[in-house]
Amino acid sequence: MTPRFRLTDSTLRDGSHAVAHQFTEQQVRRVVKALDGAGVPVIEVSHGDGVGGSSFNYGFSHTDEMTLVKAAVEEATRAKIAVLMVPGIGTMDDLRMAAEAGAKVVRIATHCTEADISHQHIVLAHELGMEAIGFLMMASMTTPELLTIEAQKMESYGADGVYVTDSAGALTIDEARRRVAALKGGIACQVGIHAHNNLSLAVANSLAALEEGVDQIDGCTTGLGAGAGNCPTEALVAACEKSGIPTGVDPLQIIDVAQETVRPIKPEQGVIDRDGLLLGYAGVYGSFLLHAKRAADRYGVDSKEILLELGRRQVVGGQEDMIIDVAVELQKRAAAAQGAG
Amino acid sequence: MQAMKTSVAIVGSGNIGTDLMYKLIRSPHLEMKALVGVDPHSEGLARARELGLEATADGPDWLLERAGEFDIVFEATSAWVHRENAPRYEAAGLKAVDLTPAKLGPLVVPPVNLGEHLDAANVNMITCGGQATAPIVAAVSRVCDVPYAEIVSTVASVSAGPGTRQNIDEFTKTTSASLTEVGGARHGKAIMVLNPAHPPILMRNTVFCALGDGYDRDQVAQSILDMVAEVATYVPGYRLKNDPVFEEDLYSTPGGEVKARVVTLLEVEGAGDYFPPYAGNLDIMTASAVRVGEALAQAS
Repeated sequence: MTPRFRLTDSTLRDGSHAVAHQFTEQQVRRVVKALDGAGVPVIEVSHGDGVGGSSFNYGFSHTDEMTLVKAAVEEATRAKIAVLMVPGIGTMDDLRMAAEAGAKVVRIATHCTEADISHQHIVLAHELGMEAIGFLMMASMTTPELLTIEAQKMESYGADGVYVTDSAGALTIDEARRRVAALKGGIACQVGIHAHNNLSLAVANSLAALEEGVDQIDGCTTGLGAGAGNCPTEALVAACEKSGIPTGVDPLQIIDVAQETVRPIKPEQGVIDRDGLLLGYAGVYGSFLLHAKRAADRYGVDSKEILLELGRRQVVGGQEDMIIDVAVELQKRAAAAQGAG
Repeated sequence: MQAMKTSVAIVGSGNIGTDLMYKLIRSPHLEMKALVGVDPHSEGLARARELGLEATADGPDWLLERAGEFDIVFEATSAWVHRENAPRYEAAGLKAVDLTPAKLGPLVVPPVNLGEHLDAANVNMITCGGQATAPIVAAVSRVCDVPYAEIVSTVASVSAGPGTRQNIDEFTKTTSASLTEVGGARHGKAIMVLNPAHPPILMRNTVFCALGDGYDRDQVAQSILDMVAEVATYVPGYRLKNDPVFEEDLYSTPGGEVKARVVTLLEVEGAGDYFPPYAGNLDIMTASAVRVGEALAQAS
């Protein structure tokens, strides 16, 4: 049966956040081979912050990501390999290298109100013969109406699809549904949903999106990804199967892939701890999680306070540098309070 | 007796060009004579007329026809427009101060290398992020080895006009180049983020410098403080958000493995000439360009 939506597995991209960008070539080869074998049609591979993301601010990659993309392309027999690119972090040269390495799809990500910085990159993707998908991050920070206007901009640049990207894992079921419905009504190209599990709603939000006619859904096997994790691919496939929704992926096979191939990479994946939940509750970018925990250790402050302050400051994706700023200030404040007391 | 002022024009009547106009009017060495745009309804042109300046929507052709009346042109359009205009300015004998990331002429940061390029026909002001961060990299690299420098520049969405947005790739590449070419790091990377928070945030810049072995912590910190004070002489709202932070860890940078980095957290509050004070990114570009224009005028 024809799948009702196109599944993109981002274990090797969003999951890169969960392993501090330390994926090895061998891990990438194993995971791609297993996902491809289970029938996953699109597999995303790159630094968590996209091509060119290896940096002080986001963490240096263990292995050059173009090596990883090439390895993924070699292993895949049916699946297309995708990359993420964030204008302002990666450049068009990074995208050219990814195309040369064999990536066929690029997801071009901007903050949900800044779609107009994706124009050059969407045009370039098509020149390179790649499919170009717009990725409107932190979709919880704007309204369905304004999100639609931004999606229309991406469509006008030629995007083949636009995603509602819940980078903070902060959307409730109703909020996710309304954003997908607004995009379905406002653009002619495909609409996707990328859900995080900080509020334990990733599968539910993806199923609600399907009821609104969503065309593409992202998952990460075991949920391996930023924050408390992504929509677990194997749970999504299982829930779809039970709902009579064809996915093109064999449920028992993907459940095995999750357990045997991906879970060993991070056995504790799937726990929604206090920091993970707070991301969704306070609407904070999921990739901040590990950086905030590390800064909390270094400066002797509470990671919870860091995350809540980042939420108050309305910090957006990419501003990992503000974690140091907040931690240093919390430390100063604590020292001042102690001095006064 | 008042010395003859140098006649200048601005091409580009958007956010940067309009802010620059207000600063040039106050310059004791430069005479701001004309604002040149392409959109007759531009707010910048209307403001220039109110100030009694010449304002035209006829584009650079207007300026080139009257090139004899001007000495310096400040370009505040976009990288690709400047690439078209630059050879025509040079042929007409106009010195160009380029505020786009076109990077045709040498990159100039006033407290670091202004004196080196006073005879160039075209100088490039890099980007707001470059003006804010390359001085810090230079401050560190003058006292120790910097194998790699990286900056994150975050500006309020409302302060980034269409030119900046269409140029985001050039912005990151030109800023990266300034970290090595002007800052003296061996490798460089620049990251730009737009933040739409309400009320708008002040421009923020974070500079990470990898520190080679044998650096002296006090010397590095003092060099940074001195440089901040120097930039603040022409950009009064340029300041440290916190003292420089030294972090020890093992970092596998593109310039090799290092055991420490210094993180400098800066904010830039604008003078509020055209855009409100949050737009420190406009202010640091235009204030730096005025400084360069004045130096060119005094050198000629």
